[in-house]
Amino acid sequence: MAGSPLIQLQDVVKILGVNRVLDGINLSIHRGEITAIIGKSGSGKSVLLKHIIGLFEPDGGSILFEGRTTSAMSAPERRALKRKFSYVFQDTALFDFLTVLDNVALPLVERRGAVPAEIVRRVREKLNQLDLHDVDNKYPSQLSGGMKKRVALARALVTDPEIVLFDEPTTGLDPIRKNAVHSMISDYQRRFGFTGVVVSHEIPDIFFIAQRVAMIDEGRIRFEGTPEDIQRASDREVRNFIEGLESPRDDLTGIASQSIGQQHLRQEMSRLQRHQIPFSIVLMSMDNLEDIDRIAGHMASQTVFKLFADHVIQNSYVADTCFRYAINKIMVVLPDTNEAQARSFCLKISRTMRHSALFDPLDRVRDVCYSVNAGVVQAQPDSGLEDLIAAAEKGQAILYECPK
Amino acid sequence: MPSLVTLKTPIAALGREVLVFTRDLGRVFLFFARGFLLIFQPPFQFDKIRQHIFFIGMKSVFVICLTAGFTGMVLGLQGYYALVKYGSTAALGSAVALSLVREMGPVLTAIMVIARAGSAMAAEIGIMRISEQIDALKTMDINPLRYLISPRIAAALVSFPLLTAIFDVVGLFGGYLSGSALLGVNPAFYFSRAQSSVETSDIIGGFIKAIVFAVVTVTICCYQGYYTHTRAEFGAKGVSISTTSAVVISCVLVLVTDYVLTTFLL
Repeated sequence: MAGSPLIQLQDVVKILGVNRVLDGINLSIHRGEITAIIGKSGSGKSVLLKHIIGLFEPDGGSILFEGRTTSAMSAPERRALKRKFSYVFQDTALFDFLTVLDNVALPLVERRGAVPAEIVRRVREKLNQLDLHDVDNKYPSQLSGGMKKRVALARALVTDPEIVLFDEPTTGLDPIRKNAVHSMISDYQRRFGFTGVVVSHEIPDIFFIAQRVAMIDEGRIRFEGTPEDIQRASDREVRNFIEGLESPRDDLTGIASQSIGQQHLRQEMSRLQRHQIPFSIVLMSMDNLEDIDRIAGHMASQTVFKLFADHVIQNSYVADTCFRYAINKIMVVLPDTNEAQARSFCLKISRTMRHSALFDPLDRVRDVCYSVNAGVVQAQPDSGLEDLIAAAEKGQAILYECPK
Repeated sequence: MPSLVTLKTPIAALGREVLVFTRDLGRVFLFFARGFLLIFQPPFQFDKIRQHIFFIGMKSVFVICLTAGFTGMVLGLQGYYALVKYGSTAALGSAVALSLVREMGPVLTAIMVIARAGSAMAAEIGIMRISEQIDALKTMDINPLRYLISPRIAAALVSFPLLTAIFDVVGLFGGYLSGSALLGVNPAFYFSRAQSSVETSDIIGGFIKAIVFAVVTVTICCYQGYYTHTRAEFGAKGVSISTTSAVVISCVLVLVTDYVLTTFLL
């Protein structure tokens, strides 16, 4: 979080009708980071987002871009600033009188200087990345809700913007597509280094991709910090909100959610410390999911991850806890297990993976290869959980690599 | 002092109304002025203007012909029975032609286009507003006035005079149908009187009216749709009220401006 913030909201107040929707918002958005804004419905998240892009003018306070107040900028400066932004509307806001192709092409067409053939190429590329095939000439009203959502995403990303504001980009999508959208946002951030602000209800999934989380409540920022901070927060409101939304299972893979996993981890640690019952952890990560993203698309990579999770589940016992540790990582907590036994558990997984066709979704792309790394550590009573996880990360070795 | 308050209240209310009215009038004018000037901002939106001319103009031709035909026939009929009392049925041609060119043509064309295209404009833009499509344009740095309103203004300015001309011609033949073909006025007299009585200034006056009506209609209809979100009613209800007021206000304004223009043009 080095340097001064890219966008800064200072005491922003907005009154709509008789409601004080925003009541002194202070928030910093840093370059190259993804900031998630969470909060109850109607708490002013969308209004906040619209202030950032200038659809709403604040009734009080100011919005600074690179340290300069936006309201003091000249008209050409504001236009130049606006071109750096893109906005994904909650209800898609697609132009219902234009076809899908024209909808996505519009921001490019209206920006002078683009060649028509180049525009069509870029639009097709975006549509393909979002798994939208053969819909070019359809109208938005002929598409399903999930497809409209993806067309809206394509339209926002087609201009390769520097800052993208997402208003609930995954609401109404199925788990694989939802994860594909998340992985796309995260992949884009890695590749183009864009700055993202995501209003989301997807807890805990949004924590995997966000570097910062802000919770808004009654028009104020109730909490601001890293995803780890917010999951450890002691504030009752914050806790209730997160726990209320969090599902005990990960949507995509069906394994436990991170908070359940962490809870089991803590329980095992205290069993070890009190009763000297050993336990081990295995941290498995699919490190080249991004390559699959690039070659076969985000849907394929998410499907592969899901299949990999299935293998892990098949090989684990009822007492073992598998949970999603990060967007591409699964952790398994193995109670009553020493390091040697944990290693044989890993071997079992690698064997079954070798004997099954994990490649189904990748059939159409032959040269995709993916690998899984695993780190195995037996817990020591005197070491903390963080050290344990760090040791697992450090000790990772190749568990599986597809045959070249 | 309650008595003073009672005295003040209606004056204050009147003042408030006048202020609101003046403010709205200013807004409507600025809305038109911006939309009009943006027509000339390059790159020109020829394609969009062409599409709107097709919608406002071409698609109105049939209904305009129908209205003009019957209006002309009624004028022929009424004119004949009025003139026959004085034995001057030969003047039927000039009566029909002058009323069409000076009044009926521009006014009825405007009212028919309001009913057909004006209501559609208000509803379309209103729906774009409530479904955030206008906001979406803004986020893409596309000026919604230039993208949505300017082509419509340009198209109306082209279509109204042309439709008025069609109305005049078809109306003239309608008058011929009832006056000459049915009631027996000499067709040669009918057409020669029509030709001799209508002067260039009448035609120009009719076109000036058509252009002013185009401005009034397209501005009011687009404005009502564009500011749908500022109404007390939301969603579909808001759009329906916008459409209704677009039609009512522009029809009334067409008749009011017609009177004002006529006093100047005569």
